[in-house]
Amino acid sequence: MIDAKKILEIISAVAKKIEAEKDFLTQLDNEIGDGDHGINLSRGFKSVEEKLPTFADKDIGTILKGVGTQLVSTVGGASGPLYGTAFMKAGNVCKGKTEISDAEFVLAFETAINGIKMRGKAVEGEKTMLDALCPACKVLKEEIDSGKTLTEALAAGVEAAEKGVEFTKTIIATKGRAAYLGERSLGHQDPGATSSLYILQTALKVLQRG
Amino acid sequence: MVGIVIVSHSQKLAEGVVEISRMMAESAPIVAAGGLEDGSLGTSYEKICAAIEEVYSADGVIILVDMGSAVMTTEMVLEDLDKPNVKMIDCPLAEGAVLAAVESAGGRSLEEISSRIEETRTAKKF
Repeated sequence: MIDAKKILEIISAVAKKIEAEKDFLTQLDNEIGDGDHGINLSRGFKSVEEKLPTFADKDIGTILKGVGTQLVSTVGGASGPLYGTAFMKAGNVCKGKTEISDAEFVLAFETAINGIKMRGKAVEGEKTMLDALCPACKVLKEEIDSGKTLTEALAAGVEAAEKGVEFTKTIIATKGRAAYLGERSLGHQDPGATSSLYILQTALKVLQRG
Repeated sequence: MVGIVIVSHSQKLAEGVVEISRMMAESAPIVAAGGLEDGSLGTSYEKICAAIEEVYSADGVIILVDMGSAVMTTEMVLEDLDKPNVKMIDCPLAEGAVLAAVESAGGRSLEEISSRIEETRTAKKF
């Protein structure tokens, strides 16, 4: 189970993590993209952070939808519509709820990923954020289904996402700006997969705090 | 006349495409939605909304885009707008824009312009 207050804590912590990793994400994107991932996400999450007080007494659906809308209007790069869609779709699943069960958390995560696939017309294995998110979600679901707590399951999910980020070094990009580089994208880890990993790691840290 | 919106990561590129299109069709309602609010590179949901608003009429609006987030951000604007006569067309940006402007100034309908500019996808320059 997770409540709206915890969701707000996670989002606030994600905003801080993205800000802290801004330069590294931009550096990764400089190598195989247009070099704006860190700057764009930091601008987006900064504006989300400024909006957080207005979400204080709202339900989870409203919070996630608000985060998504804010990201779409402020990020400016591809990660805006992608993460924006993800949060908005997850918000739809949590409409009107001030707390969600572990199964609902999994459903929200799956729905968010489907939103990213739909928006980016992408699948796993194309060197994108999906290569961190899909394995994480699969493992999270398996762990929840086998009776683990959300924190335990997310810890396993984060491990899967870490492997997913490593995996992006071994594949050629076929989606996003890095696709223009073709084989030259080999050996580099995907910035989108990396920021997705940061979001999951941060969520886990907040859950572990209790 | 059908309105035309040019969405690009770059304000300069979007304005440039509008400039060369107007050279051929001065009266065409064509506007740029390039870059972010502060002029930096990126695509802006708000700028695209405002541009559509600016050239919207019952005749409809055609949106031409460069790539990546220009496509995705425009898609999100269109989903929220939910107007069947506002369409994003997949074609080369400069060629498509010039042709769309000429056709719009010539009084063609949204459907006619859409299918005409889709032909520029396979057109060779030489």
